[in-house]
Amino acid sequence: MRRALSILLLLFLIGLMPAQAQRVVNVYNWTDYIDPEALKRFTAETGIEVRYDVFDSLETLEAKLLAGHSGYDVVTPSNEPSFSRLIRAGALMPIDRSKVPNWGNLDAGLMRRVESSDPGNRYGGIYLFGTIGLGINPDRIGALAPNAPLDSWDLFFKPENAKLLAPCGIAMMDSAIDVIPSVLKYLGKDPNSTDPADLAAVEKTLMAVRPFIRSFASGGNLEALATGQICMAIDYSGDVIQAAARAKGVTIRYVAPKEGTEVGFDMLAIPADAPHKEEALAFIDFVLRPAVMAGITNFVRYPNAVPAARALIKPELLADTNVFPTDQQIAGFFTIGPVPQSAERARTRMWARFKAGP
Amino acid sequence: MNRVSVLLPVWCWLLVLLVAPLAIVAAISLGEAADGVPPFTLGFSLDSLRTVWTDPFYRVSFLLSLRVAGISTLCCLLLGYPAALAIARAPERWRDPLLLAIMLPFWTGFLMRVNAWIGILADGGWLAGALSWLAGGPVRLLYTDAALYLGMVYTYLPFMVLPLYASLSRLDPALGEAAADLGAPPWLRFVRVTLPLSMPGVAAGCVLVFIPAVGEYVIPELLGGPGAQLVGRVLWSEFFANRDWPMASALAVTLLVLLLVVPATVQGIWSLRRR
Repeated sequence: MRRALSILLLLFLIGLMPAQAQRVVNVYNWTDYIDPEALKRFTAETGIEVRYDVFDSLETLEAKLLAGHSGYDVVTPSNEPSFSRLIRAGALMPIDRSKVPNWGNLDAGLMRRVESSDPGNRYGGIYLFGTIGLGINPDRIGALAPNAPLDSWDLFFKPENAKLLAPCGIAMMDSAIDVIPSVLKYLGKDPNSTDPADLAAVEKTLMAVRPFIRSFASGGNLEALATGQICMAIDYSGDVIQAAARAKGVTIRYVAPKEGTEVGFDMLAIPADAPHKEEALAFIDFVLRPAVMAGITNFVRYPNAVPAARALIKPELLADTNVFPTDQQIAGFFTIGPVPQSAERARTRMWARFKAGP
Repeated sequence: MNRVSVLLPVWCWLLVLLVAPLAIVAAISLGEAADGVPPFTLGFSLDSLRTVWTDPFYRVSFLLSLRVAGISTLCCLLLGYPAALAIARAPERWRDPLLLAIMLPFWTGFLMRVNAWIGILADGGWLAGALSWLAGGPVRLLYTDAALYLGMVYTYLPFMVLPLYASLSRLDPALGEAAADLGAPPWLRFVRVTLPLSMPGVAAGCVLVFIPAVGEYVIPELLGGPGAQLVGRVLWSEFFANRDWPMASALAVTLLVLLLVVPATVQGIWSLRRR
């Protein structure tokens, strides 16, 4: 009996031991958004175990963080609307830069652009960034609509073009947050407009092409583009570029439409109630190393904001202006600002009507 | 004293798992959305409840949910009644295996089973592919109302069959034999004897299917079209897309009131008929 008890006690202690000795960091990131090697190397170098979890929409991320006690230590919200809203809600912790020596690797010009969301850059550094545009299959589009412009939102939002392309498959990203500002910009309006008349104009534009849209994807249209099920989609730049790399037998191209393209920055941030803050800072510092950042960009094909990483990035990615836009292109991209809740409710409502169709 | 101590765990259970969560949801529905963690402030504002009750957007969504749940319940009843009757009338040794066949799907994850339907219904999937071949043109199933109803009936059918079986298997066969002796043909025996005596099972089955079906979120989200804005999906978008917890709670409270009224009415009609 005593022996059995002591064995039980021993087992109990063994069960406890790793929990005390092992340091962990809980990372919550977008799907398909990391180089798996980076996680392995971080654990090998620091001894900190990475528990890695993914989200596929900003809505999911925000809901978890706003409910509190999410348990995550590092999160990657987009600068607008999530990052700025989480700051306002007090859900993020200011980053102690003395513990992140690699902070200095970040591009000062790009960091200035996210100051509209986070004055003084107190709560986060840029992880990766990308634009929202069109993923197209130029061969199928050329066959169906030879005269349609390939560099313009007209390709998607002009009903006569959409009608021609409907047979080869048009997909929409299922996110009011990400699509409405681009439509406002296309219509020559302020992308942050909260004017009901502007929203009505957006609705009219979207409804006119609604009959030609085959599907609404929430996890992106990567797979459908790569397999040739669709020939045009509104999507994140990196998703389209990944689709192009995975495509078999079809050519996929990304287009940043000339009327105006939204650029979004995904930020490395730490929740205010993160249980492992020191480990989170160590993780962010590790990710901001040029070699690690280069590995991530080579893997996920989104550009980063660490100029020193460029020397280690695959030349073909560096030369692709869709992955690394020129400074001139970057200057032409627009960023969006926060929208008050009443306007956002109107947007969500309009989006539900749009999805339901006329 | 003894009775109190026996019932105490039950009361505690109800308090912790029923009353407290409901009270929290009701309290949030009276609050106001705000920037913060959690994203609302407590108060006494009827704005959210008033919006839910007056805005046609929510009324349309409630009516659609009631309609989908009603049609699904009817389909379950029409499919489930013959199944339950067949099991109840089957030879003794067949009953348990047949019941097991009804319940077996419950033993795998619900989400996995609904996801399996996506593969079957998707363009080029088994069912859509076979139908397209028969029709000689593309047949779309996934993300249509047909897929929505299929998913609902598939998921909730056991909830209909089990109470029906329970009430049908308890029927005294002598009653049917007596009716037959008095010259009633089979259809009349069913209408005048079997059906009236199985009404408690019908009522239980319908309530068990209807109530969860009204608030269903997963099936319309995964199988239904974008137009199927049932109340479960609207509630999700209030909570996630708008981060408006008071509004989401107001919807939940309204749904609960609605669902308390329905079984109460069914029971009321039932007890009136019994009198």
